[in-house]
Amino acid sequence: MEFTFALSVGVLTTAGIYLMLRAQTFPVILGLTLLSYAVNLFLFASGRLTVNGAAIVGHSEQLADPLPQALVLTAIVIGFAMTAFILILAIRARADLGNDHVDGRELPPERSAIEEALADRIEKNTAAHKAQHNKSHSRHKRKQS
Amino acid sequence: MLQHLPVLPLLIPLLAGILLLMPPIATTLRRQQWAGTLFALLQLGAAASLLWHVDQHGTLVYAMGGWQPPFGIILVADRMATLLSVLTAILLLCVQLFSSAGEDQQGKFLHPLLMFQALGIQGAFLTGDLFNLFVFFEVLLIASYALLIHGGGAQKTLANVHYVTLNLAGSALFLFALGIMYGTFGTLNMADMQQKAALINPNDVRLANAGAMLLLVVFGLKSAMLPLHFWMPRAYSAAPAPVAALFAIMTKVGIYSLWRVHCGIFGDNAGDLANIAQPWLWPLAWLTVVIGIIATLASKTLRELTANLVIISVGSLLLMVALNTREATASGLYYLVHSTLATALMFLVAGLIIGQRGKAEDRFVQARPVVQPALLGALFFLAALALIGMPPISGFIGKALMLKAALAGGQAGWIWPPILLASLAALLMLSRSGGTLFWRARGDHSDGKRVQPTQIAAVAILVITLPTMVIFAGWITEYAQLAASEMTRGVDLSLLGGDDA
Repeated sequence: MEFTFALSVGVLTTAGIYLMLRAQTFPVILGLTLLSYAVNLFLFASGRLTVNGAAIVGHSEQLADPLPQALVLTAIVIGFAMTAFILILAIRARADLGNDHVDGRELPPERSAIEEALADRIEKNTAAHKAQHNKSHSRHKRKQS
Repeated sequence: MLQHLPVLPLLIPLLAGILLLMPPIATTLRRQQWAGTLFALLQLGAAASLLWHVDQHGTLVYAMGGWQPPFGIILVADRMATLLSVLTAILLLCVQLFSSAGEDQQGKFLHPLLMFQALGIQGAFLTGDLFNLFVFFEVLLIASYALLIHGGGAQKTLANVHYVTLNLAGSALFLFALGIMYGTFGTLNMADMQQKAALINPNDVRLANAGAMLLLVVFGLKSAMLPLHFWMPRAYSAAPAPVAALFAIMTKVGIYSLWRVHCGIFGDNAGDLANIAQPWLWPLAWLTVVIGIIATLASKTLRELTANLVIISVGSLLLMVALNTREATASGLYYLVHSTLATALMFLVAGLIIGQRGKAEDRFVQARPVVQPALLGALFFLAALALIGMPPISGFIGKALMLKAALAGGQAGWIWPPILLASLAALLMLSRSGGTLFWRARGDHSDGKRVQPTQIAAVAILVITLPTMVIFAGWITEYAQLAASEMTRGVDLSLLGGDDA
């Protein structure tokens, strides 16, 4: 049981941190949520893991530590409020800043390989065209002078 | 009544915040302003009488709901906590008065939010339980999230996204640390932990060490310690003036928690865990001052400059935390009170300047002159003297005390250069910026807002407290020394009788 428990805390934390390092607000919020799940699980373990233990004396053979359960309850409530707040804030930021990047910057649009090649071709053509145009233009000027 | 005194600085802002949201008061802004000011005065009265009582009769311990420690949550009103509680109440009163002059029309619910913010700060100072400290951190944070975005605008939204995200990650780390602490100590009561730190099971020492280091990261984030300070200048310079002034104490909450946890619980008497944070704090504090100096010299607006000066003061205080002697803590406490008041004053003055300079706001560029140059100039001059630490104002005594503590602790070689250089940088930048703001003017003055009577009152309170700190410097330093030795000794929980509360 300890291994499964530790593994789930670890996986949740890893996924949470990975998502928090993303550049858009929605994955960041998901990451924070996963991290808070990991924390809640972790707090349970601080009272030592027990199976079939009630937190109230006289209800079961084994006793579970009631304090971590109270802590987890508080942490869940606070985490819920904070998540709600940051969701609204992210929507507000999307409206105020015009995009959902965490720094408020517009990301360059992602392009496929074909579009990339096409853009390259177009760029090269216009450059060549411009050069030609310039040449003819200067020749024209020289003639005039 | 007297036995319930320690809980009053919490109850008053809590009830005031709720009442300010309810119909008879919430209907008009004028009623909110009057009620808010009244409650702020009431809170100041409660905090001051608590200070007087604690100074006369010693530490008060209050068990919430009569639940006995270490299981129940206790409030501990010792000398350090009550001094900071009075400081918070003074600041709240000033901010409340200042915001009544028009800032509260920019958005909704400014007055109740100020009350809830004060509730969180007072709670963080007065609590004696580590998990309760987390809860009050969250209370003050969620109020500050809403205050930071008060009035709206892209700048504030962007600063707030970073601020909220970082602090939520910080809260997660705080909870991890608390889990580790409870797992190793079996208690979250700070006084209890202080007594158990030396007796901890040798197998658990590494785990407790990890928990203490996580707490260092969390409090470092709150207090804007070096690698965790990037959110701070942007947030403070985007916030509205009265909110920024109230935020002046938020970084100090982080310093206070560092004192409580890393000098109190993991202090000299903690056996294997004694002074575990100090090897990390030394270089980080030193570099915080250095980066603060560099950032100060590069500031472009008055608010940004003030925010960077906050980083310098945080760095100086962190040096005092790292030094961890009785003198260091006492002088740090004096400087903490002074720098909070001086920074708040400068943020308020910046708010007044922004109102009178038209589009140039507080940027250091040539612009139209301010409407009332004599008044604003004099206020700016006073605030600048306080921030630099020039003789007639309390900054000088605070810095001199810190330098003396460094000399007594045998670390003058490390501590003197950054603190003295920081004063020089502040002198340079504040004289330059003052010259630009007030003298490099052209054209007619714009029809800006003249200073309102409530704003004058708010600023006057701060202006009066600074010289008062000089006049009563002897009494305050004695008090701070008693507070410092109380903190290292810890609270004796047997103080709490069975029939209390």
